[in-house]
Amino acid sequence: MLSVRNLQAGYDERLVIKGVSFDLPEGCILALIGPNGSGKSTLIRCLSGVLPPVSGDILFKGKTILKASSAERARWMAVVPQARNLPPAFTGWEMVSLGRTPYLNWLGQLSEKDESLVQKALELTSTLDLAERRIGELSGGEQQRLLLARALAQAAPILLLDEPTTHLDLQHQLSMLERLRGLAHPVNGENGLPWRRLSALVVLHDLNLAARFADQVGLLVNGELRALGSPQDVLTEPLLSAVYQVPIEVMNLPGSGRPVILPRAH
Amino acid sequence: MTKSSARPFVLVSLLLLAAALLSIAVGSVLIPLSTLGELFRSALNGLPGGSAQVDPYLTILLRLRLPRTVLMILIGAALGGSGAAYQGLFRNPLADPYLIGVASGAGLGAVLAMSFRWPYSLLSLLAVPLAALLAALLTVWLVYLLGRVGRTLPTTNLILAGVAVSSFATALTSFLMINATGELRRAIVWLLGGSTLSGWQPVLAALPFITVGLGTLLFMGHALNVLQLGDEQAQQLGLPVQRVRRLVVVAASMATAAAVAFAGIIGFVGLMVPHIIRLVWGGDYRRLLPLSILGGSTFLLLADVVARVVMAPQELPVGVITAMAGAPFFLWLLRRARQQNYW
Repeated sequence: MLSVRNLQAGYDERLVIKGVSFDLPEGCILALIGPNGSGKSTLIRCLSGVLPPVSGDILFKGKTILKASSAERARWMAVVPQARNLPPAFTGWEMVSLGRTPYLNWLGQLSEKDESLVQKALELTSTLDLAERRIGELSGGEQQRLLLARALAQAAPILLLDEPTTHLDLQHQLSMLERLRGLAHPVNGENGLPWRRLSALVVLHDLNLAARFADQVGLLVNGELRALGSPQDVLTEPLLSAVYQVPIEVMNLPGSGRPVILPRAH
Repeated sequence: MTKSSARPFVLVSLLLLAAALLSIAVGSVLIPLSTLGELFRSALNGLPGGSAQVDPYLTILLRLRLPRTVLMILIGAALGGSGAAYQGLFRNPLADPYLIGVASGAGLGAVLAMSFRWPYSLLSLLAVPLAALLAALLTVWLVYLLGRVGRTLPTTNLILAGVAVSSFATALTSFLMINATGELRRAIVWLLGGSTLSGWQPVLAALPFITVGLGTLLFMGHALNVLQLGDEQAQQLGLPVQRVRRLVVVAASMATAAAVAFAGIIGFVGLMVPHIIRLVWGGDYRRLLPLSILGGSTFLLLADVVARVVMAPQELPVGVITAMAGAPFFLWLLRRARQQNYW
C-alpha cells in the first residue's frame, strides 16, 4: 500500500528523519515506537505532506506521491491527530463531516453519498450520540473517537495515527485499538467502508499496546529505523534495554504468544 | 453546519432595507415617506422629476442621500465581511480588518496626498482616497513579503510584520501631520472615519474593489471552516492551505483598503458585527461571511444616520458613533455569552 524509501526530513538544517525505509502492506497495523525525540511525529508529518522531505520517496501503490496535491494525498491517507485545541463550537457531526473535505468543492456542500459516509463513520466509532453535541463539552476520549470517525469519513485506505491513546484511560485505550484492528482485519471480511482492509501506521508510546495490537513493530531511534518486524522479533530484552536505557524484562503472555514488557527499576 | 435555514438571511436583509430607507429619508432635510413613495413611483414610470413639489427632494435624494447610502452599504459590507474573514483566517477573536496594516498604510497615503497642493479637478477630489488605497495595498504587500517564510505564511509572522509595519507607517503619518499646514483638519476628520467626499464618485471608485474582494470571500466559507482546525490538520484534510491564506488576505485587504480610502477609518464594525452574528447564529463561515456582510451594512447605515442627526446641522464622523455605540453593546453581548462555547 505505502512504501517509504530512504526518507530524510527535518527542520532547517537539522535532519530528524535520517534515511527511513519500510513498507506498509494492505491490512497491516504497523506500530511505530521509540524514545521521545526519535522522530515519530515528524515521520507522520512528513508522510501526510505537512513537512516536505529533504530527500527520498514516498510511494502509494508503487507511484510517488511527492508531487500530489494535498487533496489527492488526503484521499489516500487520513491522519488521526491527538485531540488537542479542537475548535469548541463545532458539533460532532460538523467535525466528522470535515473528513469529506478532499472530495468537496469550494462551497463545501455535502452530497447524499458524503452524508451517508459521515453517518457510517459515526456508527463505526460509536459516536452517533455525539453528533449534536459541541466539541468543547466532550471528554478527551470522546474527542479522540470523533477524530477517528473523521479519518474514516475521509475514506482513505491508509490511516496515520499520532499517539491516539495518549490521553485515554485504560478502557478507552483498549477499545480504540480493538476498533482499529477491526478495521484492518474485519471479522466477516466487511468493515463497512469503501476500502475493506485499512492499513494503519500508529505511533504508540505504550510498548504493551504495541505488543498486543500490532502486526508489525518499527523501532525508531534517533531518526533511524533500528528494527522492523513482528512484535516478538522487535520487542526483545537486549534491544529495548539498550534503546530506552532502563533494564527491561520481556515475558510471554500465556495463550497469545505476544510479548509483555516490564521495565524494572535501575 | 447542518442547519441551512434561510431565516437569518431574511431577517438581516429586512433590517438592512429598513436602515437604507431611514438613511435616505433622514438628514438635515427630512424627506417624508409619502414623498419617497411618490419619487419611487415616478421613477418606475420612467418620468424624470415628477411633480414640481417633489423636485427639490429629488435633487437631494439623487445627489446626496442615495450615493451616501450606497457608499455606507458598501463600506459596512467591506468591513463586516473582511472582519469575519480575518477572524477566521487568524483564528483570533480580536482580529479586525485593520490588523495587518491596512488602516495605517491608508492613513499614510492619505496624509501624503493631503500634503500636496492640488489644482482643483476631478483628480484632486480623488487624489486622497486613491493615494490611501494604493498605500494600503502596498502596505499589505510589504507585510506579506516580510512575514513570508519560504513559500508559507505563518500567522504569527504575518501579525508581527503587520504590527511593525503599522507602527512605522503611523510614525511617518504623525511626522507628516506635524509638518503639514492647512489641510490638517481634513486629515483628522478622515482618520476619525468621516467621509470628506460626497456624490457618486467615491461609490463608483470603491465599487469594483469591494465587489471583487467580498465576492472572493463568499467562496471561502468552507475553507475557513476547515482552517479552524489549524493549518496542519487543514492540510491533512486536503485543503490547499497556502492558497486559501493568500486568497483571503488579498481579498479581505482589497475590500478594507477601498473602505478606508473612501470613508476613513471606521472602528469596531469589522470586529463587532461578526461577533454578534456568531453569538446569534453560530460560527459556520458559510453563513457567517454573508451575514456579516449584510450586518455590517446595516450597522454602518444606522450609525451614519445617528452621526448626521445628533449634532445637526454639523455632522459627526461616523467612526465616533460606531465606537461609542459598539463598544458597550459588544461588552454586554460578551458577558452574556461567557459561558457558551461560541468561539
